[in-house]
Amino acid sequence: MMIAANIISMTILFAVPLLLVAMGGMFSEHSGVINIALEGMMIIGALFACFTLQAFDKNGFGPAHPQLAMFIAILVAGGTGMIFSLLLGFAAINLKADQTIGGTALNQFAPAFAVVMTWAIQGQGLTTIFIPNWVRITRETFGLAPVDGPSFWNNLVFKYFYLTTPVAIVLFIVAYIVMYKTRFGLRLRACGEHPQAADSVGINVYKMRYAGVLISGFLGGVGGLAYTVAVGSGFNSDVGGYGFLALAVMIFGNWKPLPILAASLFFALFKVIAALNSTLTFLPKFEGVKEISNFYQMLPYIVTMIVLIFTSKNSQAPKAEGIPYDKGSR
Amino acid sequence: MSKQNKQPLLQRPAVVGVLASLLFIVIGLVLGFVLLVLLNPGESVNGMRAMLTTGFSSMDKLGKVLYQSAPLMMCGLSVGFAFKTGLFNIGASGQYTMGAFFSLLCAIQFQLPWFVCLLAGAVGGAIWGIFPGLFKAYFNVNEVITAIMFNWIGMYLVNLLLANMPMMLASGWGASNSDRTAALSAANPGAILPKGPLAGLFGNSSWINISIIITILFAILVWVILQKTTFGYELKACGLSRDAAQYAGINSKRNIVLSMVISGALSGIGGGIYYLAGTGQYVLEKSILSMGFNGIPVALLASSNPIGTIFSALFISYIQVGGAAMQPAFSSETIDIVIAVIIYLAAFALLMRGVIAKLVSGRKEKGGAAK
Repeated sequence: MMIAANIISMTILFAVPLLLVAMGGMFSEHSGVINIALEGMMIIGALFACFTLQAFDKNGFGPAHPQLAMFIAILVAGGTGMIFSLLLGFAAINLKADQTIGGTALNQFAPAFAVVMTWAIQGQGLTTIFIPNWVRITRETFGLAPVDGPSFWNNLVFKYFYLTTPVAIVLFIVAYIVMYKTRFGLRLRACGEHPQAADSVGINVYKMRYAGVLISGFLGGVGGLAYTVAVGSGFNSDVGGYGFLALAVMIFGNWKPLPILAASLFFALFKVIAALNSTLTFLPKFEGVKEISNFYQMLPYIVTMIVLIFTSKNSQAPKAEGIPYDKGSR
Repeated sequence: MSKQNKQPLLQRPAVVGVLASLLFIVIGLVLGFVLLVLLNPGESVNGMRAMLTTGFSSMDKLGKVLYQSAPLMMCGLSVGFAFKTGLFNIGASGQYTMGAFFSLLCAIQFQLPWFVCLLAGAVGGAIWGIFPGLFKAYFNVNEVITAIMFNWIGMYLVNLLLANMPMMLASGWGASNSDRTAALSAANPGAILPKGPLAGLFGNSSWINISIIITILFAILVWVILQKTTFGYELKACGLSRDAAQYAGINSKRNIVLSMVISGALSGIGGGIYYLAGTGQYVLEKSILSMGFNGIPVALLASSNPIGTIFSALFISYIQVGGAAMQPAFSSETIDIVIAVIIYLAAFALLMRGVIAKLVSGRKEKGGAAK
């Protein structure tokens, strides 16, 4: 039972960044902009959030008000992610650039920028920004007495509990409502499906696309921080390809919130199995095979490709994604 | 006189393309310098000098520039070839990894000579390139998505295979580490690329071998295929308009797959050529190799022209060697920022080219009016 609690809590921990970032990608693509720069947005968000946490740790504010400090770090992650996403928006919307190449540039830029900034601030060769311990939510946060030894519920809830998890749940619900129950969401989706038609009824396509890109920047940035706290060993100027995995999650979830939620849990489960495979007795034992975790890490990508074969015929991908909107071509 | 020669020199697309690329480079370098000044004003001039002059500072460094430019050139050719046929091959990294694996497999496990290993690299890259092509042609899946997925699948697969091949690892050949492949000097000196005629020129620089000659030959070969053959013409027609090509009787599905296979093979050779130099060992990575991604700026700077790729790869390699010399005052990743700026600018290359063309012709008109 203990192992079940660990698996569930770890799965949720790793599903949170995937969920946030894939939702971000969904907003961007529904507005008509392909966002392969999610990885870069995660890195930028995580970088500045980690600097913020470190600053709070030094001036004593963090240890005194840990969750308030963490909440500010989340806002910093989202805000810097948004600022960074403006670069994609400017290239893709104003300059009508090739969106995949623009996104590739941002992905190339972000890790390099993170390394250079970390060097500049922490000193030469110190490439890891460590996350302070007080970030994790513990029993003490709620004024509960510590329990002796491991217990199922304690492991399930408090072993890997960070503020990013409840924030992600709230953001998911808000994102769902915004996407499907508001005028804004309908207009946003119209711009991804048929921008000319949207423009003809008075919707500002450029503004809507900027909104989609900015929302994806916010969610991407927060997702970057969520990934970094989930890994736990500090920020090393990369997010381990989670931006690309989130892209797979988004496609797997057919550009819809609830399937994306399911897909992120599914992908996270594979990540956890890859990490814990030696201790999980129910998995098939590949006798004599070394480094089998590579196999489990490979699986989500393979499954995505197989699913794509069967779903591509009735894919729900926004029809106008990747095509720069030109008013003159209406 | 051909039609092209009638146009004024400065308005020819090729010239405008070169001017645009030079402009991207200058903007990238200026922004890089601004970054250096912001980070550490005292060292910024020295850092910039290191970036821009190290490559020519000694024959050894120049040898390193050539050594690194060979795989870059292959990846640039690969990405550029796909661009010409209307595909964005972001999977060069995975194909490069696969090519490296196949080459090393032949070199270490099967003890074959270097040219067989290089061919095997091409096969490995081609196998990894066929997937994005098949998915695009038959299931209508965007090749960017497939390629990204296969980058990761390739990396994990190679890690898994290598970890389970004791003969392939350095630990199988008397060394202590098992996280990388065996050094070719110990495992199979016959698989190391020969120095050929360059040996006399560069003395005993450990970097230099015939890889740069091989890649330049490949660049010319790709140019011939694209410009002088029916096959190349068909591929380019598919790239310009798939429907029109189909209507004209060109089998566009077949061409998409073939184009990705060739593109993959080029990247695969890049992977082979890098590791068969004998100076680097493949380390079991946790993240995707950046060489394939650096093929993207190489291709973009050259506007996908195979001959231009030779120069853009040399340039990127040159500033990378310079970047390594900027340490410890600055991280060598500063170069990646410069490269990222160049890619970003190249993303709206069409717009930039339009601006340059307008500037050039605008100045002409003014000059004409003044007369």
